[in-house]
Amino acid sequence: MASTRSNSSTSSQSALSASLSSHLLQALETYRSRTPARLKFVDAYLAFLVLTGVLQFVYVLLVGNYPFNSFLAGFGGAVGSFVLAASLRIQISGNNPEFKDVSPERAIAEFIFAQIVLHFFVINYLG
Amino acid sequence: MAGLRLLNLTRESQLSWLRVVILSGIGILAFLSRLFSVIRFESIIHEFDPWFNYRATQKLTESGFYDFWNWFDSSSWYPLGRVVGGTVYPGIMVTAGIIHRILNALHFPVHIREVCVFLAPAFSALTAVAAYLLAGEMKDSSAGLLAAAFIGIAPGYISRSVAGSYDNEAIAIFLLVFVFYLWIRALKLGSAFWGSLCGLFYFYMVSAWGGYAFITNLIPLHVLALMAMGRFSSRCYVAYSSWYALGTLASMQIPFVGFQPVRTSEHMAALGIFGLCQIMAFTQFLRSLLPARTFQVLLQAAALLAFGGGLAALILLTTSGFIAPWTGRFYSLWDTGYAKKYIPIIASVSEHQPTAWPSFMFDLGFLIPIFPAGIFMCFQELRDEHVFVILYAVTASYFAGVMVRLMLTLTPIVCVASALAVSKLLDVYLKDSNANEAEGDPSSTNGDNAATQPAEDDPVGLISKMLGIPRHYVRSVVNTRWLVVGSIAWIMVMFAWHCTWVTSNAYSSPSVVLASRGPDGSQHLIDDFREAYYWLWQNTPEDAKVMSWWDYGYQIAGMANRTTLVDNNTWNNTHIATVGKAMSSPEDKSYDIMVKHDVDYVLIIFGGLIGYSGDDINKFLWMIRIAEGIWPNEVIERNFFTERGEYRVDDEATPTMKNSLMYKMSYYRFQDLYGGQQAIDRVRGTPIQSSKVKLTVVEEAFTSENFIVRIYKVKKPDELGRSLESAQTFDEGKRRRKTAQNKSGKRSRKSRAGSKKQSE
Repeated sequence: MASTRSNSSTSSQSALSASLSSHLLQALETYRSRTPARLKFVDAYLAFLVLTGVLQFVYVLLVGNYPFNSFLAGFGGAVGSFVLAASLRIQISGNNPEFKDVSPERAIAEFIFAQIVLHFFVINYLG
Repeated sequence: MAGLRLLNLTRESQLSWLRVVILSGIGILAFLSRLFSVIRFESIIHEFDPWFNYRATQKLTESGFYDFWNWFDSSSWYPLGRVVGGTVYPGIMVTAGIIHRILNALHFPVHIREVCVFLAPAFSALTAVAAYLLAGEMKDSSAGLLAAAFIGIAPGYISRSVAGSYDNEAIAIFLLVFVFYLWIRALKLGSAFWGSLCGLFYFYMVSAWGGYAFITNLIPLHVLALMAMGRFSSRCYVAYSSWYALGTLASMQIPFVGFQPVRTSEHMAALGIFGLCQIMAFTQFLRSLLPARTFQVLLQAAALLAFGGGLAALILLTTSGFIAPWTGRFYSLWDTGYAKKYIPIIASVSEHQPTAWPSFMFDLGFLIPIFPAGIFMCFQELRDEHVFVILYAVTASYFAGVMVRLMLTLTPIVCVASALAVSKLLDVYLKDSNANEAEGDPSSTNGDNAATQPAEDDPVGLISKMLGIPRHYVRSVVNTRWLVVGSIAWIMVMFAWHCTWVTSNAYSSPSVVLASRGPDGSQHLIDDFREAYYWLWQNTPEDAKVMSWWDYGYQIAGMANRTTLVDNNTWNNTHIATVGKAMSSPEDKSYDIMVKHDVDYVLIIFGGLIGYSGDDINKFLWMIRIAEGIWPNEVIERNFFTERGEYRVDDEATPTMKNSLMYKMSYYRFQDLYGGQQAIDRVRGTPIQSSKVKLTVVEEAFTSENFIVRIYKVKKPDELGRSLESAQTFDEGKRRRKTAQNKSGKRSRKSRAGSKKQSE
């Protein structure tokens, strides 16, 4: 669809951005229709974690990072939980041939184990 | 082979039993081959650094974990003290403490010293197991067993892990190899469980050794290489993210590491790759939602933006000072001339010199020539884990070439890669004989038919020709395969021989006790160090402060139990330079420094009588250099050299040299030993200055049997306020008038001290 390419760079950019936004909308639609409910649930959790992380970061930018370890613990906890949940999402999405050996139950168990270890260190580091 | 049936076991369980037996045999061998020094001498702690670790472990076992964690050691770095809990990697002490705890709970009342002495051999057995697992991931368990056998006896590793060498490396190499095994495992399975286990053991590694920075940079490098090769996968994402998120947060719990993982350049590679991983994973996610062409544009934009943005952020943060630049120790690995120019204290350590070729052969034997073959085989197969082996091999080879000490990190990968090569070789030449015969037949029948042309490359044909025996007869006896296997076996036997010899002769001597052999083979032990330290312990007040060069700081604290000014933890360069200045200045200047620092005793090492080359006169130039770095106008290295630029101790030595406190203390009363003849310094191989050495601000308190350790007591200031030098000449002058013969400086001082006591 971006094949309507013209010589002028500005027009091509605007055309591209227009098509890009339309593509993004389309992607959103694909996502909504194709993703199973449990993955959407994980995605909601991921969005929540991003939100907490961003909020903490903004707070630090506004107020300053005096108990730096507390900030690192909180922010690291958010980031760590995010990547662990993202890992879980990748493992249970089902269409990935790389994870033949990892059943969804095993993925959940691994997620719980990693989360417990992570939270142990987060709490220990809060100070 | 299939016919072999022992105890009615299936072939599978036979093999696993065989593996267990061989592996435990290797473990026992690795343990036993490290005990030479304990059997020959005694079970004591060697070297310098282990004495501090031992002292800290004692503290841990005596007063518990929390006291150890918050320990402020006021008996080192005298006026300053040292916060031990925040300046130490506590892994090894805690490990030894826990083992001690367990043994005592099981009613094996072992002294903590024995635990410390035997910790390194025990962990080297575990290293063999970890190498087995790692090489098993690369190829199969037979390669694993070979790798375990190699690392069990390789001198490059034994050199840092003999019994009594209670240093961080003792457990760190096990952890290094095991973390790498867990990483490979996590990467292969794409499992968050193995990733977090990797993070946990990475935490243990961080708590044990500063070399953890190698892991923090090697694993991201591996991931980056996989990305560049187009092999980035979801498994990679899961493994790396879980390792990094857990490992980084965990590593920051060690007080000595603190905020470094987010603040220093050494750790930025890991952070950057972590960010890159997220972007890659997100684009992969988008790929499933977008049409291909839009995705292409998006991917390019995202990659460019991420890379450029990340680099710009890194540069900005580094220049603005939020992220600390490379520390000198790491930087000197890149710019190899850096340390010598700017940080003499790093360059002064003998382990920080470049490695010579012979020491590669000496430490790794036939593994070094086979090692590149193993790397070549990794290139041929090139699965994800082989990329890791290649990267590890390349980086570790570079570091080992730059610094002798880092030979230690090279050894594991050399063992693994060589095991891959040897095991491949054995795979080919140890195949079932029938199968091989069938393969080999066509060529041999060809050779038989074409009898006219001599088969030069066929050893069977050659032998049959030479001996005049029919071919098939020879072939049944001599087989090419067995020639190859036999020579490999022979090389491995020679390797084991070499390793044992090296371990026995080069790496099993405690530096605390010096051993020498008489002409009849009898052993003569020189135990001056402990003699002197014991004297310090027993004959000085408990709060006496001892000034010595930093090399002996830990030993004085550990064995003599006295307060020192500087020690082997060289965290305060200025303080060390102060000691260097005191040693290299004339007496009156040094006296000021010593009085200001409450020094009671000065301890020096002097090897001139028996030829012990590691003495303080040979280290003197480093003291001068380090002091000159801080006080360039007061201590000048040039003044210690003669006109022709020679470093001499005889009559031609410069006045600065002759007047320095170190020179005077070293050669004080040295002529007396030679009874009026010319005194010869056996280390420098020259006579020493012919006039008598006079000391005014310190007096000899103790000299060990072979003059190796000399301890001087710093005199009190004169009661009448004169300078000590003028007081002494006055005393001597008076004495000369009373008894004309007695001019010996020592006698006069003794009687003066006696009269002083009477007056008190």
